[in-house]
Amino acid sequence: MFNRDTWQEIWMTIKQHKLRTFLTVLGVFWGVFMLIFMLGMGSGLENAVFRDFGNRATNIMYVWSSSTSLPYQGYQPGRFPRLNFDDLEAIKQQVKGVGFIAPRTRLDAKVVHGETAETYEIRGELSQMIKVEALKVYHGRYISDLDNDESRKVAVLGTRTAEVLFGRNVGEAIGQYVTINGAEFLVVGIFGPRVIKPWTEDDQEAVVIPLTTMHRTFGMDGRVHYFAVSAQEGYRIAQIEPQVRSLLKARHHVAPNDPRGIGGFNLEAEFQQVRGLFDGISAFLWIVGIGTLLAGIVGVSNIMLIVVKERTKEIGIRKAIGATPASIISSILTESIFITAVSGYLGLLAGVLVIGGINLLMEQASVDSQMFYNPEVNLGIAIGAMVLLTIAGTVAGLIPAMMAARVNPVVALKDE
Amino acid sequence: MIALRDIRKAYSTEFTRLEVLKGIELTIEDGEYVSIMGSSGSGKSTLLNILGILDDYDSGTYHLDNTLISKDLSQKEAAYYRNRFIGFVFQSFNLLNFKTAQENVALPLYYQKISRKERSDLAMHHLEQVGLAEWATHFPNQLSGGQQQRVAIARALATNPKVILADEPTGALDSKTSHEVMEIFDRVNAEGKTLILVTHEMDIAHRTKRIIHIKDGLILKDGV
Ligand SMILES: Nc1ncnc2c1ncn2[C@@H]1O[C@H](COP(=O)(O)OP(=O)(O)OP(=O)(O)O)[C@@H](O)[C@H]1O
Ligand SMILES: [Mg+2]
Repeated sequence: MFNRDTWQEIWMTIKQHKLRTFLTVLGVFWGVFMLIFMLGMGSGLENAVFRDFGNRATNIMYVWSSSTSLPYQGYQPGRFPRLNFDDLEAIKQQVKGVGFIAPRTRLDAKVVHGETAETYEIRGELSQMIKVEALKVYHGRYISDLDNDESRKVAVLGTRTAEVLFGRNVGEAIGQYVTINGAEFLVVGIFGPRVIKPWTEDDQEAVVIPLTTMHRTFGMDGRVHYFAVSAQEGYRIAQIEPQVRSLLKARHHVAPNDPRGIGGFNLEAEFQQVRGLFDGISAFLWIVGIGTLLAGIVGVSNIMLIVVKERTKEIGIRKAIGATPASIISSILTESIFITAVSGYLGLLAGVLVIGGINLLMEQASVDSQMFYNPEVNLGIAIGAMVLLTIAGTVAGLIPAMMAARVNPVVALKDE
Repeated sequence: MIALRDIRKAYSTEFTRLEVLKGIELTIEDGEYVSIMGSSGSGKSTLLNILGILDDYDSGTYHLDNTLISKDLSQKEAAYYRNRFIGFVFQSFNLLNFKTAQENVALPLYYQKISRKERSDLAMHHLEQVGLAEWATHFPNQLSGGQQQRVAIARALATNPKVILADEPTGALDSKTSHEVMEIFDRVNAEGKTLILVTHEMDIAHRTKRIIHIKDGLILKDGV
């Protein structure tokens, strides 16, 4: 089937009908290009959304307290349970599958360095909050367990806070001192949000200190405002959340059926929702893409039909000198597959190049869009598209090939 | 070489049935030079197409070189016999326009799966036989009608078939080129090839050694 003569024949027909071949190639090319391009762009949207999710661990729940709404065990509604350090210990011991717990206690305080004095949010934390939220350390280090064990007076400044207090070169702040509500703290690091967004401004302006230091120095009495709980590998946070909440409700005398009192939230449900949304978008793109591709393939089939019609006489001649139906079918099929495969491959290549180009340009120009990030073409999709194309080419050629095989040489060669 | 017994053929359309051949009895020996004559519509082409296994017949028997050519051969078998046993020459030449003279002549050999090199050598040899060696790389539209018909004859000879069938081979040519083409046929027959041609022209028919007259689907007269 694939000998030199077959290729020569194909080349001949292509050369004879340049415009027609070009239009056919364009149809399939465009179909594949659109499919790949759309899926690539879809992946860009998806990656942008999941980037935020990805940095915020999805196996995390947040727990906080709020005023109760039901009377319970002699307590009136409207009471505000206070979470504390001991709660963390209790959760660790009584709930299975809990990874780490990252508490945070907040306090607005005056932070002074030299002549500058500003009020900022002070966060008392253990070491893990940096893992939970989309934060990163720009200079120095974050709060460590040792800091907490020894209740050291160290602070990690938000980037903007550091800028205000120490000027542009925020790195120089490390090793210097700031005064928080009268107590001196050694600056050990600068942190900030990974991506600067309107809703991450708080992180830029916060000051983080060890939680135990906060309790001692500012008289917070073991208080925890809220905390994040992670699930261990193999456990689902959605299963851990109700256990943590009912444990805390019991510890703080909140009615088990009170919707308020102890609040909890995890990203898993949202994550699944967004996942579902993108699966939907992706399915839609596939349908549209395959529709376009199908149109291209119907085009090929059409063209091949015309080819057969135009070549009826030629096919008659070939049959008269001994061509078998199989040889005719194979030549039409080969031609059809060849045209589809080549144009499809070019479309695939163009799609991959354009998507890759967009990605490269965005990286080089450091474009940072919330909507679009790291578009890519999945290798599986590319291979799938190639397989699809070969099948499509065969299907497109089948009807015309059968028609060609049925050409009656006597009729085809009738002299007018 | 050829033996037809009571060959019948009818074309049926939706409303009519046209009997074209009504019982042809015909024997042609190896090496004969035969012309078939008859008025238009008498069934000459139909007979020739049956002989050439391009068309099937309704009843009777057809032996070609002692092989029974059954009336319901598969397309594949028909293609095989056509390729090995028969060389066709048509009134309108029927060359492939996008192939050179040499490639046209080589085409039947392609369907015999003969190697490329051998094909073009053989094709060249047969082009020489019809005096067109210098025109090997020309395309049909660069050749005169007479030259095209000579290429077609070379193509018919390329597979060294048992019989050459020609349907009005000079029908599209003027008398001078007709003459040239007939000279080639004469020579091919002189070398021993069986040759059957359909013609309307008396002087062409008289160059052959046997004339068969057909009328209303039957052989009217057979002889010189
Ligand atoms: N495929 C066909 N379907 C129906 N009728 C046909 C078909 N082919 C030929 N005929 C009819 O059969 C009859 C014989 O046709 P044929 O071509 O054999 O005649 P012919 O002797 O070769 O005529 P001419 O000298 O004009 O070439 C004609 O009446 C023709 O109309
Ligand atoms: Mg005729």
